[in-house]
Amino acid sequence: MIAADSEQVGVIERIAGPVVQASNMLGSKLYDVARVGKEKLVGEIIRLIGDVATIQVYENTEGLMPGEPVFLTHAPLSVELGPGLMRQIFDGIQRPLPVIMQESGDFITRGIEIPGLDHKKLWDFKPSVKEGDMVVGGDILGEIPETPTVDFKLMVPPNVKGKIEFIAKRGDYTIDETAATLITPVGSKVDLKFYHEWPVRQPRPIQSRLPSTVPLITGQRIFDTIAPIAKGGTGAIPGGFGTGKTVSQHQLAKWSDAKIVVYVGCGERGNEMTDVLREFPKLVDPYTGGPLMDRTVLIANTSNMPVAAREASVYTGITLAEFFRDMGYDVAMMADSTSRWAEAMREISGRLEEMPGEESFPAYLSSRVAQYYERAGRVLTIGSQPREASISVVGAVSPPGGDFSEPVTQNTLRIVKVFWALSKELASRRHFPAIDYLLSYTLYWSALEKYYAENVSPEFPQLRAEALALLQKDKELQDIVALVGPDALPPSEKIVLETARMIKEDFLQQNAFHETDSFCSLEKQYLMLKTILRFNEKANELYRRGESVVDIFEHDIVTRVARMKYIERSDVEKSLNELMKEIDGMTIVRMEDAQ
Amino acid sequence: MTTKEQFDAREFQTVIEVSGPLMFVDLKGMGGVSYGEIAEITTTSGEKRRGQVLDISKNLAVIQCFEGTSGLETKDTICRFLGETMKIGVSREMLGRVFNGRGEPIDGGGGIVPEKILDVTGAPINPSARRYPKEFIQTGISTIDTLLTLVRGQKLPLFSGSGLPHNMLAAQIARQAKVLGTEEEFAVIFCAMGITADEARFFRDDFEETGALDRVALFLNLADDPAIERLLTPRLALTVAEHLAFEHDYHVLVILTDITAYAESLREVAAARSEVPSRRGYPGYMYSDFSTIYERAGRIRDKLGSITQIPILTLPNYDITHPVPDLTGYITEGQVYVDIALNRKGLFPPINPLPSLSRLMKDTIGKGSTRDDHKYVADQLYALYATGRDLRDLVAVVGDESLTETDKKVLEFAELFEEKFINQGYHEDRSIFQSLDIGWDLLSIFDDPHRILKRIPSEYIDKFHPEKRDEKIDFNSVDI
Repeated sequence: MIAADSEQVGVIERIAGPVVQASNMLGSKLYDVARVGKEKLVGEIIRLIGDVATIQVYENTEGLMPGEPVFLTHAPLSVELGPGLMRQIFDGIQRPLPVIMQESGDFITRGIEIPGLDHKKLWDFKPSVKEGDMVVGGDILGEIPETPTVDFKLMVPPNVKGKIEFIAKRGDYTIDETAATLITPVGSKVDLKFYHEWPVRQPRPIQSRLPSTVPLITGQRIFDTIAPIAKGGTGAIPGGFGTGKTVSQHQLAKWSDAKIVVYVGCGERGNEMTDVLREFPKLVDPYTGGPLMDRTVLIANTSNMPVAAREASVYTGITLAEFFRDMGYDVAMMADSTSRWAEAMREISGRLEEMPGEESFPAYLSSRVAQYYERAGRVLTIGSQPREASISVVGAVSPPGGDFSEPVTQNTLRIVKVFWALSKELASRRHFPAIDYLLSYTLYWSALEKYYAENVSPEFPQLRAEALALLQKDKELQDIVALVGPDALPPSEKIVLETARMIKEDFLQQNAFHETDSFCSLEKQYLMLKTILRFNEKANELYRRGESVVDIFEHDIVTRVARMKYIERSDVEKSLNELMKEIDGMTIVRMEDAQ
Repeated sequence: MTTKEQFDAREFQTVIEVSGPLMFVDLKGMGGVSYGEIAEITTTSGEKRRGQVLDISKNLAVIQCFEGTSGLETKDTICRFLGETMKIGVSREMLGRVFNGRGEPIDGGGGIVPEKILDVTGAPINPSARRYPKEFIQTGISTIDTLLTLVRGQKLPLFSGSGLPHNMLAAQIARQAKVLGTEEEFAVIFCAMGITADEARFFRDDFEETGALDRVALFLNLADDPAIERLLTPRLALTVAEHLAFEHDYHVLVILTDITAYAESLREVAAARSEVPSRRGYPGYMYSDFSTIYERAGRIRDKLGSITQIPILTLPNYDITHPVPDLTGYITEGQVYVDIALNRKGLFPPINPLPSLSRLMKDTIGKGSTRDDHKYVADQLYALYATGRDLRDLVAVVGDESLTETDKKVLEFAELFEEKFINQGYHEDRSIFQSLDIGWDLLSIFDDPHRILKRIPSEYIDKFHPEKRDEKIDFNSVDI
């Protein structure tokens, strides 16, 4: 956190909730941090008129008085970027919650000033450049093994370049020590520490954007098979309460094959964050075998924490994500929920008495949402040896009353390319994940199809298309059934209903709390889908040979298809290939035949 | 400490406007008043009332008057700022007592000697300091215990409506709630916001009848009490709850009724300040405001006590998408839906499990806590009841001729489920084992359990199905 420059002092004129007006603020800039009142509460300047600044305060303002001082910092809201971010849990303005707990106990009091990183801890640094090398912003100076699964790469901060005059030898350092000294082209010396600060509202620079052609594998069948998101892509999960937004977000955070996960709990439940804190260290990362927490950063600004810090928390999150992207990693960021972020904007905007837009959200809602999601993407990083890296962003949206026509959902859908629609109806039928397979879409499929064909199976795109067609047909038939009952349908259409039921129950439904089913590899997804569609083919064939639909779908094999999801990873290929063989050889044994 | 001069400077006779629940005081450029500070207002008749500063600048203080603004005027009304934010003296002795919506005793029992004086706003619990709630509370109500398990430290609202017996349900929960294997009883904090005197008396009588009154503290803001006071009452109640839970190791059950009336007061203040309204005229910050009430439930590591909340909401027109239940649902850990159709059928408690949910259930139930088969029985009952209701709708349209034998059984199951499982007496306290066994009895109407009961693994059917049970095993045990 930035220390206050005590030279210039403003004076509080007015306080209304989280918004404070102060005079004598000439010389401060928009989005500079100000420390408000005698307790030096953290705030950010959001409007300037003459010498009067309007400040949104990140802490509870009760007890502040007009006339109290406001200290200027002349720096925007920034985060500390260095080793020690992994495994950490921060509040919305990068104060580590466990440290806050040590300082102020079980409840969060205010006016606590804590740096984002641990400035005392020693890190084992190994340089990878030597004195005399020319470096530019983004170049890697050396590495620190931060956790068993993540190597921290010390980079030259953006906008700095020069010749290395000094580089720290291999050894243990705190982040405040000098890592390197550069001589810039104009001849001045710059000391680089093991961390630097970056303003959260300013995107970190990149070299260029790359197309997204690789899927972010999530291990969730509805996502990976039906509506996949690309690495560097953007997605939204809107849904009313109780439809499973948070569980879906947790599943993505747990199982997606990104190297780094940044999880922002923005204005949600305290117990949910505790659940993450309790569960993640116990879970094993399917890609590295280490604890999931080793690659995770959490940002928790629960609903009862100050509203302005909630507004800042998504920016804090995406800035940390960009920092890891610059190291060359694929980063996945989850924000749960972006609606709370938008509401925080609305609340501040209301206090500023701005002219409201739709549903009293500020008129700049759509541009803010767009700017935020645009910080995602697959890119070529800066530096003389650019790296390919990505940030994928998935935002949960909590539409009031589950109504997707509201402004936050609509503004988000205009930007994101993947829409995972949560459905109250599916949730009430306990179809989880309750993602509407027909309403959801992905705009990445054409870009990702090749990947699936090459890396999973050439027939995968075909199988997916067949499954989608069956689900669509099922929807149409269900409408008829609701009117006239199932008996009115011809047997061939009953087969469609039954197969679609299999796809829904035995494929799309996935148990997030089951050890084996929680994560499903792409290969298993492919084999499961293939098995179901093979069964469909066989059912049609048996029906043409005169068997009854009821007999076919009461066959023992159906139960085994239903149990596919629980097959252990190591047995998948063998078991499912056997199952398919049995389906091929399936016959109906009638009672009278047996006798 | 304030000196005499400063103290005098804090008294103003310069009320310039009184409108709705708000009073505007000209501070004559003297300042010295802080945001959130409490003001004591003396009317011309000498009556003293309290208010809180909502907006403050050097020249103007906007005060929301908890006890109403009628009788205030702009000439002689005196407003004195007390130099502190809203506080309440808390004590263990508050159990067994009755207070008004401002925290003053109204049972004639004398004042409270406070152990501590606490700020009523409270501070957010650090997520790192929370303990994840996972202790099962047996309410003795089958639908809740089996399908919507209540957990210590949870906030689980009742979504109800006018004319529904949510008060009886809440009273029954308060009376019967216990944790298996312990003799600890819950302390109950009852917080009334805008309910009628009749409703308040109902709760009081019920607590009295069962001898529970000495572990209950009642905070009553009734329908004819000042509406703005309602913004204060839950905060007082929760501050007392926090003190009892985290200083005295009590397990506290807080009943908050009616949140809808609270939200209306919030709207009234927002409208008086001409704030830009959000949905249905409620202020845009209603979600944040609700969270400062609901999020005060929970458990803290290293502390023995807990706060469990049961807020009651009367849904306007039984509409679950109304902003009050909607924003509540986004914060609370589930909801119990009190259903008008089931009530019309004469069932008590008329809880419809289908739109209801308990988010903390999954980590709580099972061996050692309830019983090993709990999860599967719950899933199965839910699934069959849902199918049964769908079939009922279908039969209403096309008749029952097209139904298979299994379908007919499922229909029968749905009827029995409502009659035997959901329906129970107001004074009937069923143990979780009884509830699960009633569930099993209903499930045993199916002839081919292994085929129909898809949600229950075969080994559980073999062990727990009434026809297959080993006589020697006692099924009334969490270790089975």
